Amino acid sequence: MTVATKVETKTLIQALTEAMDEELARDKRVFITGEDVGQRGGVFRATVGLYEKYGAERIVDSPLAELSIVAIGLGAAIADTRPICEIQFGDFIFPAFNQILSEVSRFYYRSNGEWNVPMVIRAPYGGGIGGGLYHSQSIEALFSHIPGLKVVMPSTPEDAKGLLKSAVRDPNPVLFLEAKKGYRAIKGIVPEGDYLTPIGPANITREGDDLTLYAYGMMMHYARIAAERVYRQDGIDVELVDLRTLVPLDRETVLNSFKKTGKALIVYEDNKFLGYGAEIASILSDEAFEYMDAPIKRLAGPDVPGVPFSHPIQEEFMINPDKIADAIRDLASY
Amino acid sequence: MATKITMPQLGESVVDGTVGEWLKQVGDTVEEFEPIVRVSTDKVDTEIPAPAEGILLEILVGEGETVDAGIVLGVIGQDGEKTTVSDNGTQHHVNGTHKVETTSAEKTVPAKVSKAVSKGDYTGHVSPVVARMVSEHNLDLNHIEGTGRDGRIRKKDVLAYLDTQDTQQSETDADLAPWEIPADGNLFRPSVNYEDEPEVEESSSKPKKVAQQSNVKPETQSAPVPQGVAGELVELSGMRQSIAKHMVESKLHTAPHVTTVMEVDLHNVTNHRKAHKEAFAKQGVKLTFTPYFVSAIAKALQAVPVLNARWTDEGLFYNHMQHIGMAVAIDDGLIVPVIKNASDYNLIGLARQVNDLAERARNRQLKPDEVAGGTFTLTNHGVSGSIVATPIINQPQSGILGVGMIEKRVKVINDAIAIRPCSYLSLTFDHRVADGATADAFLMHIKQTLDNWS
Repeated sequence: MTVATKVETKTLIQALTEAMDEELARDKRVFITGEDVGQRGGVFRATVGLYEKYGAERIVDSPLAELSIVAIGLGAAIADTRPICEIQFGDFIFPAFNQILSEVSRFYYRSNGEWNVPMVIRAPYGGGIGGGLYHSQSIEALFSHIPGLKVVMPSTPEDAKGLLKSAVRDPNPVLFLEAKKGYRAIKGIVPEGDYLTPIGPANITREGDDLTLYAYGMMMHYARIAAERVYRQDGIDVELVDLRTLVPLDRETVLNSFKKTGKALIVYEDNKFLGYGAEIASILSDEAFEYMDAPIKRLAGPDVPGVPFSHPIQEEFMINPDKIADAIRDLASY
Repeated sequence: MATKITMPQLGESVVDGTVGEWLKQVGDTVEEFEPIVRVSTDKVDTEIPAPAEGILLEILVGEGETVDAGIVLGVIGQDGEKTTVSDNGTQHHVNGTHKVETTSAEKTVPAKVSKAVSKGDYTGHVSPVVARMVSEHNLDLNHIEGTGRDGRIRKKDVLAYLDTQDTQQSETDADLAPWEIPADGNLFRPSVNYEDEPEVEESSSKPKKVAQQSNVKPETQSAPVPQGVAGELVELSGMRQSIAKHMVESKLHTAPHVTTVMEVDLHNVTNHRKAHKEAFAKQGVKLTFTPYFVSAIAKALQAVPVLNARWTDEGLFYNHMQHIGMAVAIDDGLIVPVIKNASDYNLIGLARQVNDLAERARNRQLKPDEVAGGTFTLTNHGVSGSIVATPIINQPQSGILGVGMIEKRVKVINDAIAIRPCSYLSLTFDHRVADGATADAFLMHIKQTLDNWS
């Protein structure tokens, strides 16, 4: 890792663009494919400027067919390239679900280690942007269930850049989920130059002893706001564990923090039932039962078929810092 | 359904117990946890709480009988209920003693149960982490203030409770009940504790110990019951016999006793106590004179370690830790709970220990381990008005300090007459272990610590 020489504040999406730019420059095998990623620069402008810099052969506009985006990426990856496949919205990934589940994640296992699949699938996820049912879903639980696929969900620009660069260089397929609401809302210092944030370790971004809050992506961003607020207003000291990588999970950090505080609140935007937080809760009760001081709580989206389009109902659906702060106070008082 | 009352195992090394007094008779109604029978070992006396509510249907072991732990002592059930316990095949009498094969798992756990009874039982939810911490630190939930929802005790409350304890103290239960003075009368005899041996002497002393125990009689010469004389014969309690045995053994068969006396000026101690009493009370600690004496002894034992040593045939065994016994008078006897590692505590820590041990000594809630292992003993004969005493050494220790009555005396200080609170300190020491000059140096150290307390 090269130590950064200069720092400046960047948005989440700027950090992602920077990461791809650097990887494209570093390794000729890296290429990007997806809908409108070329001249248009992506619907969210994640690949803006890259077409001009690296040309149509490396920044490849794809047909409106997610199945083929992922399938082409898979074929290219086993032919020793490093594809970055962009799915325009996480909601649109399902035509490619079979490719990801049945082929991409299994290929290394199925070929008995002969072919690995060094590809990245980037997809924006999450609601709160007025996107309605088809532009707002959280999809991490569905994909975290699949062995053989890494799932990464950064919450800061710095991690986004470092993790995306690690994902590009990872010999395994990585599903890289980006909080679309945070693309421009989340800002932070991003070290300039080449650095890698390892896939795997969680990050304790705030130390506290009243309870542990586990989150990732956009919810981690909200959790930071809520944690500071309850500390200021109620003196409740929350420990924040930013999971960063859902698969593989950093069990050690997850468990150690719980052993310290004895209380766990897991926040995720996805539907509550069978969501990612259920697995965290299960691990904690399995492996740290004797440290438990309160019921393990989950704060998550309601189990309705989609994020509503109506603005007031969308607000009701979405987890926000207010709801997180209330959940923190409730658990802390137990 | 009938519930059995069983003899608990009253300590790691204690395998049997003697039934003292039945506090309830057959046919009496009993509440759950109500003390139902008093049992004693050679180390502690305790009361067994009723394991269930109901009617005492049957008493299977009479007063004065000694039985193994696990033996059924009696049965509680409903009126008219038929008990099946008495013909339990595993329980039979051998020469008036009940014997039964029990595995350790079957033996019931003692002391703690009766302790929980003394205060209102905490009935709130106990989380796994609280349960674990309470067990690890041997705490009583009834002593911990719950600040969680509906008064629930949560991890933070346990941590806060442990924080208020001296870290060294975590092994014992800190019962904050107040203790004013060590009670009345008869205090300058050593404890009933006679059995602990330092680990180093296994081969030589163990058989000897057994021999001593079986041979020593309370009296050196036979003392028959007088015939044809008006009077009544009162049977000896286990504690009385035990005390008698150890007194005779210590003074007549073991150590040449010498007692030396110095006077201490408690002017500074009294002022210090006055100044800190309230602050201590706010922390739930009753500050008496005793912790000052314990503290002074602990320091002196470090300065003159031979008084913390014990005589063995191979040489002097120097104890590295200062475990100070504290004689506490209880009904028809006394008991000597031990403040372990006394030199590790500050004054408030010692005060807590003193409060806790004395309180539980009176309530017969001491655990056997808490009356064992002393290396020196403190006895406060002054509370019964005595000014000087010749206490008997609590074997296998080498010294015992008696504190006489604290009273204002006229002292000449800087050629002026002053009125000072004073007390005589009587140190009995084993002359095999130390000579007069050494013992006086030790006592002088205590005196100076107290004289100059700041």
